[in-house]
Amino acid sequence: MIEYLSNWLWTYIWKPLPDMPFGEWMETFIRWARDAWATGFDAVDTGLEFLYANLADGLLWLPSGVMVLLFAAVAWAAKGWKLGVGIGLGMFVVAWTPYWEETMQTLSMVLVSAAIAILLAIPLGIAAAENKAVSAVARPVLDFMQTLPAFVYLIPVVMLFSVGVVPGIIATIIFAMPPGVRLTELGLRQVDREVVEAGQAFGASPARILVRIKLPLALPTIMAGLNQVIMLALSMVVIAGLVGGGGLGSVISGSLGRLDIAAGFNAGLAVVLLAILLDRVTQGLSDRTPVARAAKLAR
Amino acid sequence: MPAIAVDSLYKVFGKGARGAVSQLESGVPRDQLSAKNVTAAVIDHNWAIEPGEIFVVMGLSGSGKSTLIRMLNGLIKPTSGTILIGGVDLGSLSARELRRLRREKISMVFQHFALLPHRTVVENVAFGLEIKGMNKTDRLERAREAVELAGLSGHEDKLPAQLSGGMKQRVGLARALAADTEILLMDEAFSALDPLIRQEMQDQLLDLQSKLAKTIVFITHDLNEAMRIGDRIAICDGQVKQIGTAEEILLHPADDYVAEFTADVDRSRVLTAEAVMEPCGTRDTSEFQRVESDVPVNELYEPVLNSKAPLLVVDDNSDPLGVVTPRSIIKSLSSEHETDAAATDAEASDGTSSDGKAVDNAAEGERQPA
Repeated sequence: MIEYLSNWLWTYIWKPLPDMPFGEWMETFIRWARDAWATGFDAVDTGLEFLYANLADGLLWLPSGVMVLLFAAVAWAAKGWKLGVGIGLGMFVVAWTPYWEETMQTLSMVLVSAAIAILLAIPLGIAAAENKAVSAVARPVLDFMQTLPAFVYLIPVVMLFSVGVVPGIIATIIFAMPPGVRLTELGLRQVDREVVEAGQAFGASPARILVRIKLPLALPTIMAGLNQVIMLALSMVVIAGLVGGGGLGSVISGSLGRLDIAAGFNAGLAVVLLAILLDRVTQGLSDRTPVARAAKLAR
Repeated sequence: MPAIAVDSLYKVFGKGARGAVSQLESGVPRDQLSAKNVTAAVIDHNWAIEPGEIFVVMGLSGSGKSTLIRMLNGLIKPTSGTILIGGVDLGSLSARELRRLRREKISMVFQHFALLPHRTVVENVAFGLEIKGMNKTDRLERAREAVELAGLSGHEDKLPAQLSGGMKQRVGLARALAADTEILLMDEAFSALDPLIRQEMQDQLLDLQSKLAKTIVFITHDLNEAMRIGDRIAICDGQVKQIGTAEEILLHPADDYVAEFTADVDRSRVLTAEAVMEPCGTRDTSEFQRVESDVPVNELYEPVLNSKAPLLVVDDNSDPLGVVTPRSIIKSLSSEHETDAAATDAEASDGTSSDGKAVDNAAEGERQPA
């Protein structure tokens, strides 16, 4: 027994340490999953491809000049005429680069993956806020999802879904989701305890307290999470160009290969302007939530 | 049947709460419990409130009064003991039945108002009715009535952020009134307000009470407030130290702890002619000016100064009870004279407990900033 223990200590604690095959385990799991759940992955693949292709076609259906005006109108509606003018100018610049089509493809990928990420993140955030056990499990998983280098996602995802747009979207969903969950949880936990108590004191059920009190009060924070999700999605979607994701990412990784400064700058400019559009519009929307408006009145 | 009755009610927070309760039951003081991380908030409460009564629970912070009021509507579960609301044992109710009881029988007003910031005044006031499942037109109409009752007419469509503290609490009060429950719990409802506004709200509460006759449990840390509005007052420090009317507490404090509190109360407002009068003896009282026995002392100053003769205190049937002179008023207002009972009490217990003094000092220390 003692001998066994000292052997074990020698092998695993004392030098030289052996290499543990964590990576190989993951690979075995991914390969197994690919075969075992093939139909599931195929369905996801088809579904996401369908969503993406239709959205991209839709955004490219109208000529770019008209779309620029539409974007300006959206920004105007979300915040005000100043933002509308600014976004209009920015999108005109994008339309004047050779990459309008790629920009719209990138935007479609961002919208599809961010929408799915948010649909997953908000219920998970609610569960984490209401239940300590869920929160305790979710936290390390979210840390893992957020800090694992973005490129690393792409490898197994490509293996499961082959090259193309879909692995980019999947990797983006995983990468962009954590702040959505976190800020939903935070927003709900920060709701004034006394107001929740008032709901209970008047005999409201937990579901009603969630829908009528907690969610409206947490909405500005949840919207900040949504903004984060969209910005992270944009950054990941560009990286996804490496795996044939299409859009501006492909242009950028291509120009990196050819050291094509002009193409790289054009595409980079489009990314920046797209980022500003997405950021300001979502911020404008979060300022429009009833609670945020009421808070403004107090000042 | 009492509106609310509690029987050997205990609430202890922390692990080992049950054990702490049996220790408390056997007389261990709450700062000497063996389990280290327990806090005894409510200790052996036994009292009942009749319908239509304003019952004030008064205590310093940490005296368990907030815990107590939250047990009355089931927001906090007691560690042991029973609470009867209109004869129904709260402990026997399921979560659903408890919610129903809250919707129909008990409403609450909060210290920091607890309003929904994104809803207008009427929408906030209609909240309880919304939970009851009333349709929108009906509940907004009822809410408007409650808004008027609370003196908020003209502010119906403002948001809470546009109102002052006093106004916000009127919304809180209107919300509780709109729910139309027999019992109203008020948790330090006026403590966050400026002194002037606070007095105004106290008057308004008394005014409303004279029309509506609710059963009100009012929590406060301010004894002046307690004496102003309470039909009966319970002075708490974990345990109930004394329950009685303002006058009973002022004239006969049960112990040092209570006497400490009464020291800086405005006695002239609480004491009545009956409490300060002297026997009239055999004097001829036919020429004396008459005052009702329940007139507070601070309304006697002028008449007593303006008449050469003493004032004659009479009861409802105009039968003479006694006389009030400037001397009797001054005597009654000096607390030295009144705490006789407490002084003897203190002497009796001086040898046995050095604890009592420590509590007093703590009480005083805590009261200074307020």
